[in-house]
Amino acid sequence: MKHKTKDQGHSQGKLTRRTAVMGGLQLAFVGALGLRMRHLQVDQADQFRLLAEENRINIRLIAPTRGELFDRNGKVLARNVQSYRLIIVREDAGDVDQVVANLSKLVRLDPGELEQAMVEMRRSPPFLPITLADRVTWEDLSRVAVNAPALPGITPEVGLTRVYPHGPDLAHVVGYVGPVSDYDLEKIEDPEPVLRIPRFHIGKVGLEAKEEDLLRGKAGAKRVEVNATGRVMRELDRQEGQEGADIQLTIDAELQAYTQARLKGESASAVVIDCETGDLRAIVSSPSFDPNLFVQGISVADYSRLRDDKYRPLANKSVQGVYPPGSTFKMVTALAALEAGAVSAADTVWCPGHMEISGRRFHCWKRGGHGHMDMLNSLKQSCDVYYYDVAIKVGIDRIAEVARKLGIGVRHDIPMSAVARGLAADKAWKQETYGQSWQIGDTANASIGQGYILASPLQLAVMSARIATGRKVTPRLVKSVDGVEQPNLSSEPLGLNENHLRQVRKGMFAVANDRRGTGYRSRIIEETMRMAGKSGTSQVRNITKAERAAGVISNADLPWERRDHALYVAYAPADNPKYAVAVVVEHGGGGSSAAAPIVRDVMLQALYDGTPPLEAYPTGDRDRIQAQQEELQRDQDEREISQSDRA
Amino acid sequence: MSYLEYNVKSTPTGLRKVLYLNWPLTLLLITVASVGFLQLYSVAGGSLSPWAEPQMKRFALGMSAMLVVAMVPIWFWRNMSVVAYLLSVVLLIAVELVGIEGKGAQRWIDVGFMRLQPSELMKITLIMLLAAYYDWLPARRTSHPFWVLVPVIMILFPTYLVLRQPDLGTSILLVTAGGGLMFLAGVHWAYFAAVIAAGVGLVTAVFESRGTPWQLIKDYQYRRIDTFLDPASDPLGAGYHITQSKIALGSGGWTGRGFMQGTQSRLNFLPEKHTDFIFTTLAEEFGFVGGISLLSVYALIILFCVASALATRDRFSSLLTLGVAITFFLFFAVNMSMVMGLAPVVGVPLPMVSYGGSAMLVLMVAFGLVQSAHIHRPRGRSR
Repeated sequence: MKHKTKDQGHSQGKLTRRTAVMGGLQLAFVGALGLRMRHLQVDQADQFRLLAEENRINIRLIAPTRGELFDRNGKVLARNVQSYRLIIVREDAGDVDQVVANLSKLVRLDPGELEQAMVEMRRSPPFLPITLADRVTWEDLSRVAVNAPALPGITPEVGLTRVYPHGPDLAHVVGYVGPVSDYDLEKIEDPEPVLRIPRFHIGKVGLEAKEEDLLRGKAGAKRVEVNATGRVMRELDRQEGQEGADIQLTIDAELQAYTQARLKGESASAVVIDCETGDLRAIVSSPSFDPNLFVQGISVADYSRLRDDKYRPLANKSVQGVYPPGSTFKMVTALAALEAGAVSAADTVWCPGHMEISGRRFHCWKRGGHGHMDMLNSLKQSCDVYYYDVAIKVGIDRIAEVARKLGIGVRHDIPMSAVARGLAADKAWKQETYGQSWQIGDTANASIGQGYILASPLQLAVMSARIATGRKVTPRLVKSVDGVEQPNLSSEPLGLNENHLRQVRKGMFAVANDRRGTGYRSRIIEETMRMAGKSGTSQVRNITKAERAAGVISNADLPWERRDHALYVAYAPADNPKYAVAVVVEHGGGGSSAAAPIVRDVMLQALYDGTPPLEAYPTGDRDRIQAQQEELQRDQDEREISQSDRA
Repeated sequence: MSYLEYNVKSTPTGLRKVLYLNWPLTLLLITVASVGFLQLYSVAGGSLSPWAEPQMKRFALGMSAMLVVAMVPIWFWRNMSVVAYLLSVVLLIAVELVGIEGKGAQRWIDVGFMRLQPSELMKITLIMLLAAYYDWLPARRTSHPFWVLVPVIMILFPTYLVLRQPDLGTSILLVTAGGGLMFLAGVHWAYFAAVIAAGVGLVTAVFESRGTPWQLIKDYQYRRIDTFLDPASDPLGAGYHITQSKIALGSGGWTGRGFMQGTQSRLNFLPEKHTDFIFTTLAEEFGFVGGISLLSVYALIILFCVASALATRDRFSSLLTLGVAITFFLFFAVNMSMVMGLAPVVGVPLPMVSYGGSAMLVLMVAFGLVQSAHIHRPRGRSR
């Protein structure tokens, strides 16, 4: 066995050597691991720490509370009310289908909404809450609460919904909000992240849209710790956002409501402006619609009804509707003539009932003619021939210039949708637009507010206020933002001769108070509140020679959409102007008969800040007025009841 | 060496054997296992369930198994080597036939009271067989081609079976441990040079076979290799594991984020945080200091095994102890390389720390063999 021992000894030595080699290799590897660990944990620690923080920390936005809207007296026009929605968390629900089935026995679930929720649920992780039903009533909510054991995973959640307590009264002014659409996002360059919060509402039209930046506020943010699947584990800290600014409008909600009611049944619009400050007390477009319908998405049936109505309830006629101002434009022509020195107030023009201008016969509305007309009488009786005559003497460019000074053909900067510029055409405009030179007949048409002259009711009200005060009355819709009064830009003088203005005012006073004035029947009796005004009737069609020969068809015999627009503008009190009012009744017929009574009623309502006494009205009208007031009161009461139902 | 040469008389008997245990090694093992309990408690969010408590029970079972194995004389285990190896092979074949599938692989067989993973068993029985083989083989024949071929077949046949499951991690472990043992036994350098050359060839073949019908490994393994080579290419997909693992490690810094304060593990960014990636949770919570400490403990375990192996004159004992040490080393070296982004994610647990019964039990049995060799080493008369 000797050799074996030797052999063994030899192999033992070899084993030791090889073990040393192997051990060395292992030691080297352990050293390498240690170095790698050092590299990761010491050299690159900061970098990896940052990555770990990025992993676990998420920033969640907190939707800001939208600013509320008030009228000038502090009445709420738009507010946020708590609304309840039912949400489901899949992982808490267990059998989702069973839970939803149970729920639908208690609460009426919208099938479309439900389908959408189910799709959403399949796509998102099980811990994410999904909205099943929005705007759940209190009764439904309590039913769900009582049956909670049968509805695992379903919880009510409080949200804020925009509500417009005055409903249709201010629909066109305030507008409405709605969920952010893809289209909205496309329009905005680099949209704020807050817009991507699901069910976040932004202003869609009206002031809600125009003052979106003020009303929205700034989103807050909270930093939350999330796990690998995105579940929020805890909140780390939060940065409060900034609530949207509250905006007080210059609108008087009561006057607005009255005016809306007064225009009922007509396709009409009215604007009441404060002559002193330019405050818009009422901007009414009739018929209106309920903006609350739009907040959560209007039904197709409701929408098509609004869209297809020939009275166009969705259009905001008071600022975006433009009409030929008709005879209400005559003050502009008269002023332009006086300013140019082409005529003096005492100069007369002979009105035979028509006038030949470059071979075309221009008619006066009074077929027999007015005879000798000076400025006062021409306004009072609204003689057309007088204006054809003076306009040709002055020229269109001067007329257009005065029109713009008075606010026609100028876009007034108020935060409402699609504020129209109107049109105070001049020679350059026609050349530019049609490539044709201005014809003398165009001037004649323009002189009586037809042809290339277009004005919105807002512009007509501004015009009246400017004539009344001689100052550049600038319309203002926002009174204060978060309590900060907005600047009043109405004190600048117009730059028109006061004497000339006085002549025109005299004419307007005669219109409304002289026995032969076109607005006499709609006068105000009350001595201190006498009104000065001007009627207008603008054609929406050309009267052909044949028609004229056959005798002009009276408006009542025409189909509605071919009847004339009725306009009336006024300010009062005549000696100390407080308010200016413009009313346009689409296809209403004559201005003095269709529009003037409305102006008078609205004006009195504004002047008395409520229902005026019957004594302010002409004696003959009082019975009718009383009946009308009572009816309006009834209407309003009914509406208030339905509003309290909604609230 | 025959059984008679063990010098039975000087060997401790009965319960006295306990005193002759390799106590430093035992304490180191308990230390490592305790680190495991601590981390399993931590990743469960400060709870004994679901991992720490079962792990403790298994460790208790493992300790008992280790002691039982240690009490049995080493020559018995040497004589059992062939039987144990064959049993393992049979079980591996059984996996092929009646195994249970899980995570894209078929690795387990159900033996009633527990799920057995024969590939784990194979790691130790292969070592036993090779140690016994080289104990039996006269040293001068060690490098003879025929006597080299025999152990190669002993290694490659079970490796082939494991690779079919497929279990790349264990396959690598078997080949490397087996090869290491052959190296220690004194097989000529040239063979290893040849094998390494062949290995390079094989790797090339593996890559070349990609996308062909005869591709050698599964798609997921290819993807793991891809992301190993460039984990940044797919940080949310296949590279997610390794990226998150490195973030966890790196964010630990010098001293870590504190016990149970590791955000990566607590918030589940770490994958497999209780098994393969448990080292990252330790490194995240205890930092470089914690990580290097565990590495040192592992190194000490190897050191004590090597010392024990060199102290005995019994060739079987030496080779067996060194084989166990190599296996153990490979476990933690591959696992740590993997979580530190030095090696592909092949699914090798961190020994004694990762949650898992089979691996720990097998390791404890292996250390039982080391202990048995230690207790029953030839004493008294020296050469």
